[in-house]
Amino acid sequence: MAVAESLLRVRDLTAQFTTRGVTSQVVQGVSFDIAAGEAVGFVGESGSGKSVTARAVMRLAPEGSSVRWGGAVHFRGQNLLQLEERQMLDVRGRRIAMVFQDPMTSLNPVMTVGSQIDDMVRRHTGVSRAAARRRTVDLLGLVGIRDPQRRANDYPHHFSGGMRQRVLIAIAVSCEPDLLIADEPTTALDVTVQAQILRLLMRLRQELGMALMLITHDFGVIAGMVERVHVMLRGEIVEAGAIDSVFSDPQHVYTRALLDAVPRLTTPGRSA
Amino acid sequence: MTSAQPPAPVLSVRQLSVVFPARRGNPPVTAVDAVSFDIGRGQTLGLVGESGSGKTTTGRAILQLQPSASGSVHLLGQDLTAMPRAAVRRMRRHMQFVLQNPYSSLNPRMTVAQTLAEPLQVHRTVAPAQIAARVAELMELVGMDPTMVARYPHEFSGGQRQRIVIARALAVNPDFVVCDEPVSALDVRTQAQIVALLQSLQEKIGLSYLFIAHDLAIVRHVAHRVAVMFGGQIVELGDAAQVYDSPAHPYTRSLLDAVPIPDPALQRQKLALAPPEPQFHQHAQPARPCVFGEDHTATGTPAWHPVAGGHGVSCRFWPEQP
Repeated sequence: MAVAESLLRVRDLTAQFTTRGVTSQVVQGVSFDIAAGEAVGFVGESGSGKSVTARAVMRLAPEGSSVRWGGAVHFRGQNLLQLEERQMLDVRGRRIAMVFQDPMTSLNPVMTVGSQIDDMVRRHTGVSRAAARRRTVDLLGLVGIRDPQRRANDYPHHFSGGMRQRVLIAIAVSCEPDLLIADEPTTALDVTVQAQILRLLMRLRQELGMALMLITHDFGVIAGMVERVHVMLRGEIVEAGAIDSVFSDPQHVYTRALLDAVPRLTTPGRSA
Repeated sequence: MTSAQPPAPVLSVRQLSVVFPARRGNPPVTAVDAVSFDIGRGQTLGLVGESGSGKTTTGRAILQLQPSASGSVHLLGQDLTAMPRAAVRRMRRHMQFVLQNPYSSLNPRMTVAQTLAEPLQVHRTVAPAQIAARVAELMELVGMDPTMVARYPHEFSGGQRQRIVIARALAVNPDFVVCDEPVSALDVRTQAQIVALLQSLQEKIGLSYLFIAHDLAIVRHVAHRVAVMFGGQIVELGDAAQVYDSPAHPYTRSLLDAVPIPDPALQRQKLALAPPEPQFHQHAQPARPCVFGEDHTATGTPAWHPVAGGHGVSCRFWPEQP
C-alpha cells in the first residue's frame, strides 16, 4: 500500500489523562494510516483507548479531564497536535467530523433540528440564511428523512433515536468532510435501525468519497463496513490487518476471544 | 389422559393489557394489548421487539410495578392482579428484577454487603445472625470474591456490577426473574460471561426468566421459547428453534434479517442489498379477512394462527399486498 496516499497518518500517539490529580496513560504508542476514501475499523472493549484515539484526531478531551497528547497526528500533511486551537477549529467539523454514540444527548433540545444544521452550515460556509436552509433540507433528504422541508422545523424530541442519529450524521457530513469518525454510532439503537444507519454510512461514504473511521466493541457491526481493522487492548493496537484475514485467521489471542464472544444467530440454542 | 399432568407453569399471563391515559390532548395509548404466555419452571421466555413495542411495560406490569388495565398474571398459581397491595409485597420475594444499567441500579453510597443484606432484612428470609453468611454465599454464587463485600459500586467494572445486581435479585430465593436488557450495556465478552452465569444459575436453582432484549442473537442463546412483540401485541410465539429457523410473521423476519452477520463477505453482500422495508400497519386491522383468509370479526375468533406444536403467529400488522 502506498504510504504517500495517507489522508491521516498517526505515529506513536500517546494520551495521558489527569483526573482529580490521578495520572494515567490511556493510549500508548499507537500508529496507523487511513487513506483518502478508505474505511478503517477500531475494535476494543471499554477502556481499550479506542475512543480516546478517535478523539485525538479531533483533539477533543473528555469532559472533566486534562489530557496531554504525544506523538503525531498528520492530517493532509499538517500535525494536528501542533496546531493552534484557532486553526484546529478550521479542521474540526469541516475536514474531519464526528458522530457519537448517544443521539439523545448530542442535540440541543430547545432548538429545531433545522436551525441546528443551519448554524453548522453557516459557520463553515458563511452562506445566507435562506441558502443554509436549502442546504439543510437537502442534507436531511440525503440521510433519508422523509418530508425534510417540514421535519426541519421539528424539535429533537419529535424524532426517534434512529432519526436523531440521522440528523447528527447530516450535521457531520454538512461540510463534506474528508474523514468521518463514527464512535459506536449504533450501540444505542434497535437492530433494525442499526442496519439502516450502517447502510446510510456506506452510501454516504460512496456518494461523498469520504474516509470512515468506525469505532465499536462489536465485530458483527464492523464486519461488512471496513477494509481494514485495528484491535485495541489497554491503549495499544494488538492486531491490525485486512478485515477478511483478521476474521478468518486472527493472530492475537485477544482478537480470537473477541470474535468468539460475538453471538451468532446460526448456533443452535436451547430446546424447550 | 393417562399420562401425568404437565407441571403448572411458574408464571401464567392472560390477556394482559396496559393503557397509558390520555395526556396533553393525545389519546390514550395501549402499550400492551392482550398479551398471553406461560413460563415453566427452569425455563426462559425471550421477549424481543424494538423500543416502544411494549416489552419493558409487559415486564413491569407482570411485576405489578405498573397497573394493568385488564387481564391476569398468575405467579405460582396466585393472581397478582386481584391481590391487595400488602399481599403483592409478600409475593415480591418470589419475583425479582435485573435491569439494563448496572451503573444506575446500585446505590453508590451502599457497600456490596449492605446492598445484598437489604432484601434479606426487608423480606426476613434469614435470621439476622445468618445475613453475613448468606451475603458471602451470594457472592460466591455469582462468581465474585466474598472478601470484596466492603467495597462500593464504583470500585467494580460493569460486568462485576451486573453480577452484584444479579446476586441482589437472587438474595431472597425467587422463583421468577425479569431480566430487562441485562447485558446490552456491556462489552461483548462480558455479555457472554453474564449470559453464561444466568444460565448456570437457572440450571442450579431452577429459576424461570422473562428475558427482555432487542438483540436477537443473544436471545437465541438463552431462551427456550421466544415471543416477538410489535405495537403492544405478541405477533409470534414459539420454541426458539421454531421462531428462528422458520419465522412466520414478516416482522420477525425483518428483525432476524437486521442482525449483522459476523462474516465480512456475507455482511458486505447483505449491506449492499436494498434494505427490506416491509410496511407494518400502525394498528391492527380488525375488519375484512386476514392473510390466512379468515374474517375474525365475523367468526369471533382471536387473530392467532397455530403453525406447528406450540408455535403460533398473529395475522395482525401484515402488509396489505401479499
